[in-house]
Amino acid sequence: MEDKVILLDFYPSMFGMRPRVALAVKGIDYEHREEDKENKCQLLLESNPIYKEIPVLIHNGKPVCGSFVIVEYIDEVWKDKSPTLLPCDPYQRAQARFLADYIDKKVMETGNLIWCEEREEKEAGKKGFVEFMKQMESELGDKPFFGDNGFGFLDVALITYTPWFKTFEICGDFSIQQDYPKLSSWVKKCLEIESVSKSLADPDNVYNFYLTIKEKRGI
Amino acid sequence: MPVKVLDFWASPFGVRVRVALAEKGVSYESQEEDLFGGKSDLLLQSNPIYEKVPVLLHDDKPVLESSNIVYYIDETWPSPKLLPASSYDRSRARFWTDFIDKKVYDAGRNIWMGKGAEVEAAKDEFIDVLKKLEGALGNREYYGGDQFGFLDIIFVSLSCWFPTYEKYGGFKVEEETPKIAAWLKKCYKRETVAKSMPDSQKVIEFVGMMRKMHGIE
Repeated sequence: MEDKVILLDFYPSMFGMRPRVALAVKGIDYEHREEDKENKCQLLLESNPIYKEIPVLIHNGKPVCGSFVIVEYIDEVWKDKSPTLLPCDPYQRAQARFLADYIDKKVMETGNLIWCEEREEKEAGKKGFVEFMKQMESELGDKPFFGDNGFGFLDVALITYTPWFKTFEICGDFSIQQDYPKLSSWVKKCLEIESVSKSLADPDNVYNFYLTIKEKRGI
Repeated sequence: MPVKVLDFWASPFGVRVRVALAEKGVSYESQEEDLFGGKSDLLLQSNPIYEKVPVLLHDDKPVLESSNIVYYIDETWPSPKLLPASSYDRSRARFWTDFIDKKVYDAGRNIWMGKGAEVEAAKDEFIDVLKKLEGALGNREYYGGDQFGFLDIIFVSLSCWFPTYEKYGGFKVEEETPKIAAWLKKCYKRETVAKSMPDSQKVIEFVGMMRKMHGIE
């Protein structure tokens, strides 16, 4: 039976970008459906009744929800298609999962603070973000990618935040990448992979989306 | 290769690791951490980002975050298998693990840390979370299907704090979500679960102490 793969997505979403990247690097054909956040379709509401959020991967009619859950699912189901995203060794896998979760916690927490209008919150956000970048620079070390065997799970986890860096920089009035040479080099290497760069949202597009949200919230 | 767990008796997250290792028949050394008096150097070095328990040290290599530890235990000691066999069922287990991790403990915490009207709102939210989990169980024996499995461990571990939430929230899990109550009874019949749980009365006393510390009572 031929696989039918649908991705319910939203272009600027860093979470939506993760399955896009995973599917693209493995060369898996799928139907992309862009969701309207103001007017969610019935399929999304039925496929993810708990959160009613993208991304949702629908594989032969069965929904898989949650960006990291989807990436692990893709890696397992299409294990014959390289690259293998998760490390083979259980300890390395545990490290990758831990850091992926850390990335989400830290970036969401600090990003939300950077977006605040109040100076104190903004400064706290910037400080937290700097700590985060230092941690990730240290984790990367001298490797070309976070994955030991090339572009992998942790690379997918972090690269999808990079289209949002311009927005954080403008809101926080600070520069993110220039102080982190290893991470800057890593971003360049990831973007050299065509299937990765074509799956990421354009940073200007992301910033414009952020401005429309700000306007809607009357900020 | 030696296995050591940095733990705290009342931690529901620590319970997950205890149950998983017991299910696999793995011997280990347990080190009780003093979370209030002074965390050990080993804990601070093993988990510098969060400085939290539980930590599993396998041949001195630290594995962090309880759900992550249970995945690691399942992958390292293959029998009996805790995660389901099919990729799709595994994705469901991962989804609900993430939901439980994000929702249950914090919703419960809002009950015992709440003041005045906050408590009622927190109780309603907690019950809503339980109802969603009751829906996920459906008519199955366990979250794992016919067999006690990964998701059962992830969720049952948090139940040692349910009597605390019931006391401060003024509700009963059995009345609000009878299927969950029935599933809990089944789980508690398992030796691996029963011997891993802290005494729920002692947890209530512990939380009473924490409430005093936070100036709630």
